[in-house]
Amino acid sequence: MADIRNNFIGIKSPNPFWLASAPPTDKAYNVERAFKAGWGGVVWKTLGEEGPPVVNVNGPRYGAIWGADRRLLGLNNIELITDRDLQTNLREMKQVKMNWPDRALIASIMVPCVEESWKAILPLVEETGADGIELNFGCPHGMSERGMGSAVGQVPEYIEMVVRWCKQYTRMPVITKLTPNITDIRKPARAAHAGGTDAVSLINTINSITGVDLDSFAPQPTIDGKGSHGGYCGPAVKPIAMNMVAEIARDPETRGLPISGIGGITTWRDAAEFMALGAGNVQVCTAAMTYGFKIVQEMIAGLENWMDEKGHASLSDIIGRATPNVTDWQYLNLNYVAKARIDQDACIKCGRCHIACEDTSHQAITSMVNGARHFEVIEAECVGCNLCVNVCPVEGCITMEPLAAGAMDQRTGKPVSPIYANWTTHPNNPMAKVAAE
Amino acid sequence: MATGHFIEGIAGGRLSSEQYADNFSDLHPPLDHHEALVESDRCYFCYDAPCMNACPTSIDIPLFIRQIATGNPLGSAKTIFDQNILGGMCARVCPTETLCEEVCVREVAEGKPVQIGRLQRYATDVAMSEDKQFYKRAEATGKSIAVVGAGPAGLAAAHRLARHGHEVTILEARPKAGGLNEYGIAAYKSVDDFAQAEVDYVTAIGGIDIQNGKALGRDFQLADLMRNYDAVFLGMGLGGVNALRADGEDADGVTNAVEFIAELRQASDLSSLPVGRRVVVIGGGMTAVDAAVQSKLLGAEEVTICYRRGQEHMNASGFEQDLAAANGVTIRHWLQPKRVIAENGKVSGIELEYTALSGDKLAGTGERLTLVADQVFKAIGQSFVPAHLNGSEEAIELEGGRIKVDAEGRTSLAKVWAGGDCIFGGDDLTVSAVAQGRDAAESIHRALTSNGRA
Repeated sequence: MADIRNNFIGIKSPNPFWLASAPPTDKAYNVERAFKAGWGGVVWKTLGEEGPPVVNVNGPRYGAIWGADRRLLGLNNIELITDRDLQTNLREMKQVKMNWPDRALIASIMVPCVEESWKAILPLVEETGADGIELNFGCPHGMSERGMGSAVGQVPEYIEMVVRWCKQYTRMPVITKLTPNITDIRKPARAAHAGGTDAVSLINTINSITGVDLDSFAPQPTIDGKGSHGGYCGPAVKPIAMNMVAEIARDPETRGLPISGIGGITTWRDAAEFMALGAGNVQVCTAAMTYGFKIVQEMIAGLENWMDEKGHASLSDIIGRATPNVTDWQYLNLNYVAKARIDQDACIKCGRCHIACEDTSHQAITSMVNGARHFEVIEAECVGCNLCVNVCPVEGCITMEPLAAGAMDQRTGKPVSPIYANWTTHPNNPMAKVAAE
Repeated sequence: MATGHFIEGIAGGRLSSEQYADNFSDLHPPLDHHEALVESDRCYFCYDAPCMNACPTSIDIPLFIRQIATGNPLGSAKTIFDQNILGGMCARVCPTETLCEEVCVREVAEGKPVQIGRLQRYATDVAMSEDKQFYKRAEATGKSIAVVGAGPAGLAAAHRLARHGHEVTILEARPKAGGLNEYGIAAYKSVDDFAQAEVDYVTAIGGIDIQNGKALGRDFQLADLMRNYDAVFLGMGLGGVNALRADGEDADGVTNAVEFIAELRQASDLSSLPVGRRVVVIGGGMTAVDAAVQSKLLGAEEVTICYRRGQEHMNASGFEQDLAAANGVTIRHWLQPKRVIAENGKVSGIELEYTALSGDKLAGTGERLTLVADQVFKAIGQSFVPAHLNGSEEAIELEGGRIKVDAEGRTSLAKVWAGGDCIFGGDDLTVSAVAQGRDAAESIHRALTSNGRA
């Protein structure tokens, strides 16, 4: 049986599935329920400094977009950090940690960007017995307008400075949570690294408007006729998050820096993908907010089953395994040739591959053969773009089949070269480096 | 004294009024808004969609379903009505399981087609409940056209002609318009007087004058129409009922299934409608199933369909056969009627002979079977009665006993078009009649206006 116990920067949990800092981790009641359901850890909803807590809007806090059958694909929120008193949170955190010593409990913190504020809160958090802290440099709404959250996360110098304070004033491990609302995720990661962070976690939510009410012409979620951009999360953001995780994992300056992966993780497979790209564990929010805490049972069983099937004994066998395969476009092998192939037994003849190819791509799929409805790849036209695979409603019906070296590519009329060759040496590239004689 | 199912002979009042209401409620209840959204999500928006090609009226099914899914049911209804102005009735009575839904790629993929018929009903119901009229009549052409029969073919032709600016007069023999939509078809397929609501919806475009109680050959002659109108469309359906060719079929209790169905459709109180305790229906088509199932629903204790060929030869679709079975109707194959047995002039049973195919030819085997019955329905097909066309100077050409038409619905007479069940080569479906009426109207329009230009 695969061992999915997780040790993330010294913080141990029975599995790599943590709940991200968000509404599901706002108070003891929810967190107790999460631990009972089997979650390996939680990042407690972000604490602010002592004093009157923040207030939330009293109208809708969430907006969403949906796929087929109203499956929630993307969620956005304009909720702020915890709106409960600091002492209440600290007291509950301490009790929960005592009740669940084997689970990870991380405190998410966001206080003004001044040394005194951080210096003041860290000992209070440490006293709860929390396993670590996560610096919320990500929240894109509300708090950022007050110079916190993503307002810090968007300035690498601030990140480095705050991380340094935290490392100075607490013995707890520090996880720096990054905002995706920047151009190059490597910059804030490098800054956190320079400040001495133990890990980064990403992504936080993405600036977004989920919809517009076409009767009132107001953005959604709508508060008394107005709307504000909110933080976008859920399955729709997963590809963006995975790229950012990979960028940090393969950046020479931050390589090896532990990463807690966040962004649309809904199933064990999503989690495994993040970890393969370099995440040491994962954090989940939207999936729990959509289906409840029970989903962790699927995640645990699914991850174990896959690892058993593939012979991966522990998480260290999978973490970062895909990272070396993430490269720049210029290094992709231009001599690799694949062609789409349609499994005629699996084909249900919907014709979507044909019309997608015919209208928008390379006219490489038939619709009629000998007067009968028949969808077949015309190899001489197929550039191997994969669009047909992506629009086909039947999984596995259309596959991309690589041509073996030496096989004839009917499109170019040339045999497939066995030699790896990329753009950097391609004759069409004016910047091509001439291979040494 | 026996009550309910067990009253001997042909009797009404076998059930409570609640049972009647329940038995004759909507066979396929309408999809509600949520159900329609969920179902429309299932459509793959196929290229050159098989469903669309299977539809005799070529409705753009993927488009109308997508319009439902995107919150535009009125646009969806227009997509349907553009091709089939009787899309509401067709949504209810089309044998979708042998047309659009049979070829749905979801049927291929998972054995569960998108419920196209019910989605079509959803969209058309929205439009009709709002009385949304999508079409305006073109400028008046000054041409007038006579349409014989206010059934699906005649109504479809009339609507299209009126749209093009022509004046249409429909001559209908029956007291109400609608044809088989009103007088045929099982009651549970068209509840709440939908046929009349649809006639009103279709004729609301204007320029269509329906004259009821006007029968061809009785009240007017084809020659009159040819003289008085610029064109004539014949859509009078089938007037005759095929005989059993069994001895004693004039006994009391032997009834034409089509008449029984018509009577049932017109009944204001179902309990007043008598039905036998033991009913035998002779035939294998939709009418046989409609008569049999409705007999059962009216409270008959025992209903048997006897068909002279095998299950695979039945014209009734698999769905219809299942419907019959689910309602407790027994379907027996390879039996042909030989003799109606009567006591005191009333049916008491029917003697049948087993049949077998020898080569392509069906023949009796000599073995006989007698079923006890107090009512026998004839549902072995209807026939065209050409005698009504007499009186025209020039005889109209027939083929296979029905009116011969070309691809556009033109008959052998220059000013006369025809469509629906009265023409040769059709499939006796409502939806096909609509397509033929519509296409004949376009042909008439082209003929009267030099290629469509007034």
